This record gives sequence, C-alpha cells and structure tokens, in this order.
Amino acid sequence: MNWLIEFFGDPDNWSGSSGIPFRLLEHLEFSALALLAAVVIAVPLGLWIGHTGRGALFVVLSANAARALPTLGLLVLIVLLVGVGTTLPVLIPLVALAVPPILVNTYEGIRGVDRDLRDAAYGMGLRGGQVLLRVLVPVALPLILLGMRIAAIQVVATATVAAYVGLGGLGRYIIDGLATKDFASTIGGAVLVALLALAVQTAFTLVNRVAVSPGVSRRVKVR
Amino acid sequence: MITFEGVTKRYADGTIAVNDLHLEVPTAEITVLVGPSGCGKTTSLRMINRMIDATEGKILLDGVDVRTIDPPTLRRGIGYVIQQAGLFPHRKIVDNVATVPYLLGWDKSKARARAMELLERVGLDTALAERYPFQLSGGQQQRVGVARALAADPPVLLMDEPFSAVDPIVRTSLQDELLRLQSDLHKTIVFVTHDIDEAVKLGDRVAVLRVGGTLAQVADPATLLSAPADDFVREFLGRDRGIRRLSFVPADLPLRTDLTVPDDADISKVAGVAAASGLTWLAVVDSGGRPSGWVNAADLPLSGTVADLRLMPYGTFVAGRDSLRSALDAALLAPSGGAIAVDDEGRVTGVATAGALAAATSGIAAEGVGTGRG
Repeated sequence: MNWLIEFFGDPDNWSGSSGIPFRLLEHLEFSALALLAAVVIAVPLGLWIGHTGRGALFVVLSANAARALPTLGLLVLIVLLVGVGTTLPVLIPLVALAVPPILVNTYEGIRGVDRDLRDAAYGMGLRGGQVLLRVLVPVALPLILLGMRIAAIQVVATATVAAYVGLGGLGRYIIDGLATKDFASTIGGAVLVALLALAVQTAFTLVNRVAVSPGVSRRVKVR
Repeated sequence: MITFEGVTKRYADGTIAVNDLHLEVPTAEITVLVGPSGCGKTTSLRMINRMIDATEGKILLDGVDVRTIDPPTLRRGIGYVIQQAGLFPHRKIVDNVATVPYLLGWDKSKARARAMELLERVGLDTALAERYPFQLSGGQQQRVGVARALAADPPVLLMDEPFSAVDPIVRTSLQDELLRLQSDLHKTIVFVTHDIDEAVKLGDRVAVLRVGGTLAQVADPATLLSAPADDFVREFLGRDRGIRRLSFVPADLPLRTDLTVPDDADISKVAGVAAASGLTWLAVVDSGGRPSGWVNAADLPLSGTVADLRLMPYGTFVAGRDSLRSALDAALLAPSGGAIAVDDEGRVTGVATAGALAAATSGIAAEGVGTGRG
C-alpha cells in the first residue's frame, strides 16, 4: 500500500515523457493499433470462412499455432531482424496474439447461426452477401464482439513487453522498476495495466449494448 | 401453374430423393404434398424456388423453366414459409414482414404500411409490430412467417410443414386462418406436410408420395379417401377413412318440418303431432325458434305441457353449409338418432330423421363401391 502511495503520490510520475498520462497514451497507441490491425485481418477472414465453410481447418490450426507462440520470443526475434526504433517489432507479436480469438469467435459466431434462419434468408431472395451482412453478422455480433474483447484485454496486458525493447508504454514502470529494484514503480505499473484492462472490459460492455440488437440480446422489457 | 416434368433429384452419394416426378400444381389452388419422411416432399418443394436444383427434368412456373431464372430473383417472386418461421431475431416484427419489399427497393414507409396491413390480415394485433420475434409465441411467429411470405403479393406460396411445430389447438386455428386467407387471395399454394389429416383438410388436391421419391396418387381429398390407389396410400390414410370422407359430402338431407312442437304445447298436442307424422321422436322448439331437445311421444304422461317433460339431448347442423359428417355427429348426440337442422342464426329449419341419415350414408358407400376396397 505504501508503495502505491509512493508511486501515485510522486508528482514526477504525472508529468513529462515518463509521466503516467504520456505512458498511458503510448500504451493505448500500441494496443489500439495492434487491435485494429488484428480486426482488419481476422474479421473479414472469419466472416468469409464461417459463411462459405471453406478453410475451417485453417482457423483451427492457426488458432492453436498462435496460442503456442511465445510473445516475448517473437518480439526479441523481430527486434533482431528489423532493429529497434520503430513500433513494428511490438505490433507484430501483439497482432499475432489478437488475431486468434477474433478469428475463432467470428468464425464460430457465423457458423453457429441457426440453419433455419439461413434457409429463410436465402428463401426470401437475399443474395449471399446480403445474407451475411444483413442477417448472419447482426445475429453473430455478440460472439464477434466477445472475440474482440478477449483480444483487447490480452493486448492491453501484453503490450507491457514493449518496454523490453526500449519502447514506451506502461510496461516501462514494471520493467524499469524491476531493473532498479524500485518496487513502487513495478507495482504501480501493474496496477495501471490492470485498471486499463478493466476499462477496456467496460468499454466493450457499452459497445455491446449499443451495437447488438435488443432482439438478439433479448434485453427488452417484456410488455 | 407449376409443372413438374420428369423431375429427379439424385445426390452425389447415389441417394434418390425424388424420382421422375410428374405433377401439375393448378393456379389458385392448394396442392398438398404428403408422405412419410424420406419421400422427397420437401425436396420437391425446394426445387421450385431453387433452394435445391433438380438433377434431371424441368420445373415450369407458368411455362418458364425455373432454371433459367437467377435464384434470388426467382425467390423474391415466391412466398416461402418454413417450419420454425425463421424470423430474423434482430429485426422488429414489422421489418421482418417487410423483408421482401425492402429487397425489391420499395420506399420504407410504403413497405411498413404494407407490413402493418398484412399483420392484420393474418390475424395479429398491430401492437406486435414493434416487438422482436423472441417476444412472440410460436403460433404468433408462424403467422408473422405467413405475413412475411405474402408481403410482396407473390402469386405462388411455398409452405414447408409450416404448422407442425405448434400445439394442436394453435395448429387448427392456423389452418383455418390459411383457408380463410386463401378464399380471399387465391394464391397458388404448395403445402408440404407429413400429417394426412392436415393434407385432407387443406388441400384442393393431395399428392401422396412414397419413400424413394415416387408419386403414389394425386387426387382431391374425397376421391383419395374413397378410392386410394393402392395399399400404401390406404395404409397412409389410416383409420376412419369412411367417416372422414363424409366431411367432403354436403348434408343434402330431406328435412321434415312436421316433427317439431313448441316448448309450451299441451301433452295432447304432442301426441297428436306424433300420431300425424307416424314417428315418436319430436324436436322441441322454444319461442325464439331455437331447439330445446327431443321428446319421445311413446313415453308421455297423461296430462300437462311440454315444459313438465324431461327433454333429451340433441345435436344440430347447419343445412346447406355443414357436411354429412356434422349431421351424423349431431344425430349421434341424440337418443332419437335424428339431427336437428338449423339456419345460420341457430333457428330450427327442420329435422333429418335417423332413416334419412341412414339412406344418405348408405348412398355414399354405394358410390364408393367398385373404386376402392375396404
């Protein structure tokens, strides 16, 4: 507790390029970029595979492979290959981390839509793309958003590794703190990361409430 | 008119779902495809709107081969109702009904107005329009499914076991509703069911299919019941064919008007009416002309009025509208063996005697002889 008061009470930690607001922004920047890239890759792929049924094996294999991937190892490898100085070495492992949950949930969400519903949609005269975008996606949206939420939380928590290769973010407090035996800094950083993960969770709950139809979430008052 | 010309559906593994089907579905009639599971009835239906494509043969829609029409375009011109309704859960009821009008590019307010009109038409409260499917009962959802199929006013309606997932009471009301709608709309309807009673109730024509996808018999329901083509059809039709067939025979019975007495008549008058008619069972009629019961003139006290007597139970049928089955049912409720005929307001118009009913039913049986066994 004292360490927390020490860390959060230090005015130096609230200003400048090593202050909490700046580090937080850096952290959010890596995380958001990585998540965005993962969404751009995984959502269309998941939709296509779920809708056509083609390449389902690919989803399973890539998801398992990516789960086994050591984020830190990948980071070090990429730094060795491209050198430090850009955010690319951090983004690649984070994207690799974020793609599987989004891909798997999007695929499962689309594939899991009731057969009768698909049948009715085609039977009404919707074309393949219309069936996907107007029926399957709205119905599968809770699962797709769940995949993004899992990915976002993992990314926010894992983006701390950026500090290992000399980049910023909240990881700096943790890693620098460990290196200098400044435990107040380490614990303060860890608490900040945890709070950020909670904030992400809350943000997705709100998005879910706005984006998912009340007919799907069944969040309508019974009259 | 929909015409199946030698249509066969064979799957890659060699399974034959439909085998060389020749069938005509007349315009503005309900044609029911019925048969046990595996008889290819649903496959046949789904080949009409190209949810499945035939392997051989042709399906003509008013002379045009459906294979020459792009499937989504074809389907927008054909109403489609499926078993679980298949409503879009994320859309409000009104927007579900307006699905095809939206696809056809109708103006949004026009499409919604049309949807509201259809909700009323299928017997739903328009207050349901702003709800979501999960807030409706199974029967209500099925009505919405019918409204959705009718939204763009297609001439053809395909119904794939639409009422089989709801309870029997709701099913009966949905069936009655469909018949009522059809009497206004005159759509060309192909209706698939495994329930022969439903087939016989709804169909203008019934096509019985057997396992392996071959057609066993096509006929109007009365012919089907009186003259099944073979043992398969006879067995599929099940028990009580004779009595069920009477549903299709109008109750054109000779009515006697000399067998009624007012409910305040004197005993002596009752005896007089009975003596004049030569029959002992008389129908008692109240001052409003409605039936009160039967009285047996062979078992009268010496004095008093009809009001003092214990009246026997009775049944009625509407002359000129009900079937012979209804008349017979009415007769079976009464110890007299006769049925009281009433008009639409329930006023007695005459009495069909036990003898008249016996003559009518034996006449029907005689017609069936030679065209069917058992």
